[in-house]
Amino acid sequence: MFVTRAIRLGSKATSSVSEELRVIAPSKLAIEDVSKSFKTGTGVVQALDRVSLQVGEGEFVCLVGASGCGKSTLLNIIAGLEKPDGGNVLADGKPVTSPGRERLVMFQEPALFPWLDVFGNVLFGLKLKPNLSKKNRHDVAKYYLELVGLSRFEHANIHELSGGMKQRVSLARALAPNPRVLLMDEPFAALDALTREQLYGDIQQIWKARRKTIVFVTHNVREAACLGDRVLLFSPHPGRIREEFPVELPRPRDINSVDLAAHATQITKALKSLGKAEVTVAR
Amino acid sequence: MKRFLLAAAFFAVLLLLWEAAFRARIWSPVLLPSPWQVASYLKNAAVDGTLAKATVITMRRLLAGYLIGLVVGLPLGLLTARWKLFRDTIGTMALGLQTLPSVCWVPLALLWFGQTEAAMLFVVVMGTLWSVVIATDTGVRNVPPIYRRAALTMGSKRLHMWFKVILPAALPFIVSGMKQGWAFAWRSLMAAEIFVTILTGFGLGQLLHYGRELSAMDQVIAIMLVIVVIGLLADKIFFSPIETFLHRRWGTSQA
Repeated sequence: MFVTRAIRLGSKATSSVSEELRVIAPSKLAIEDVSKSFKTGTGVVQALDRVSLQVGEGEFVCLVGASGCGKSTLLNIIAGLEKPDGGNVLADGKPVTSPGRERLVMFQEPALFPWLDVFGNVLFGLKLKPNLSKKNRHDVAKYYLELVGLSRFEHANIHELSGGMKQRVSLARALAPNPRVLLMDEPFAALDALTREQLYGDIQQIWKARRKTIVFVTHNVREAACLGDRVLLFSPHPGRIREEFPVELPRPRDINSVDLAAHATQITKALKSLGKAEVTVAR
Repeated sequence: MKRFLLAAAFFAVLLLLWEAAFRARIWSPVLLPSPWQVASYLKNAAVDGTLAKATVITMRRLLAGYLIGLVVGLPLGLLTARWKLFRDTIGTMALGLQTLPSVCWVPLALLWFGQTEAAMLFVVVMGTLWSVVIATDTGVRNVPPIYRRAALTMGSKRLHMWFKVILPAALPFIVSGMKQGWAFAWRSLMAAEIFVTILTGFGLGQLLHYGRELSAMDQVIAIMLVIVVIGLLADKIFFSPIETFLHRRWGTSQA
């Protein structure tokens, strides 16, 4: 409901702000043969083993797998926060070498800055974006706070927010600089079920309004089926993409719908059989 | 209001006990003057300007030394937090020197600088500097890496990262370091003023020293009271508001 309200606000705002908001240019991602290993106390862990993946413009892709299967590592590599040992990540054909505001990350832990209030946090990335006047930055920040339904909490301190509100602010902060790609690392894992369900609805609406290419990491199969155009199964040791499930349900999707449950069951089965296969190999 | 009344009652009882001890003549009046004698010294010293002059001189020395300590200590702390080389060298030295009571610098300062303002300043700087270095270093190293990563993705780097992310994130540590630095500066200055008797100005420590020379116990106690009150005021006026702000912003409890 708040989404439509916010979109109207966008069209009412000053011309340069609506200019800033009109630009919707999701990226195409190409991950080619990406490998990454880590040294740990007990030896070398192959977090990613020649992983390849294409993500289309404005596509919503979910990566599912047990914890420690390397899906977060892949996300960090796409973000440019970590370098792969081998292989390439291309965003719109250009290799990703460092982090940048074209690809913003929403982390599982609240990575909001406690020394800034809610508004300051949303403004942070905007201040680093050139060619925006102070007024425009403020208008854009206000637009996104309204988009996530937190206009009333502009000047709240971070610790005063609930877990769900914190993730909404994180989302607004990640959306505000208008990135081409949104990378989400189990953003709802720490929230209670009710808040999560609400956010599933919101994120779908927001994605509709601000089309982004989204790579979403989760260990929750139902969540993946609810949000993704495609669900990719990851298996650990070494981290690989094992199976792919297109989800062709109409949107917005309801996490509790029967069709969705059927998809989720199918994916869960595949996930379990992956686990079994590994056990057999291990023996 | 209730808290204020309670505190006032507490100090009133203390004063009464003191007066009672004086009247009981347990100790010689030379050793334990009455509160009234102390008050009348304070009144006279306030009227003839001795007190104000000494306070101004002391505060000037304190602020100069403290500010130098901060201005040098903060960047040093950033260096030790950022580069191993500095941590192993300057960091280790800071850790060692911080444990040295600042009054221990007085003999060295006297021999190097003689009975001068420079000796005094040196002692105060040495008292402040190392705790500021260590607090800044601890603060920066305790910044959760996630803040850095989040800022990196939003395009923050180098100076912007230092000034807009790392320093603000380390602020609670840095402020408590500044507070500790202040306490150390105050202590070392009093030590310096008591030992370094110079003619460029009588500070509170020197008044204390001459009180002892003249066996003027009312002066000694009065000056001690003034020193305590200045310490309290600095805390209430300067540090408390900052700490209150930090507690409110960060959501840390204010015990």
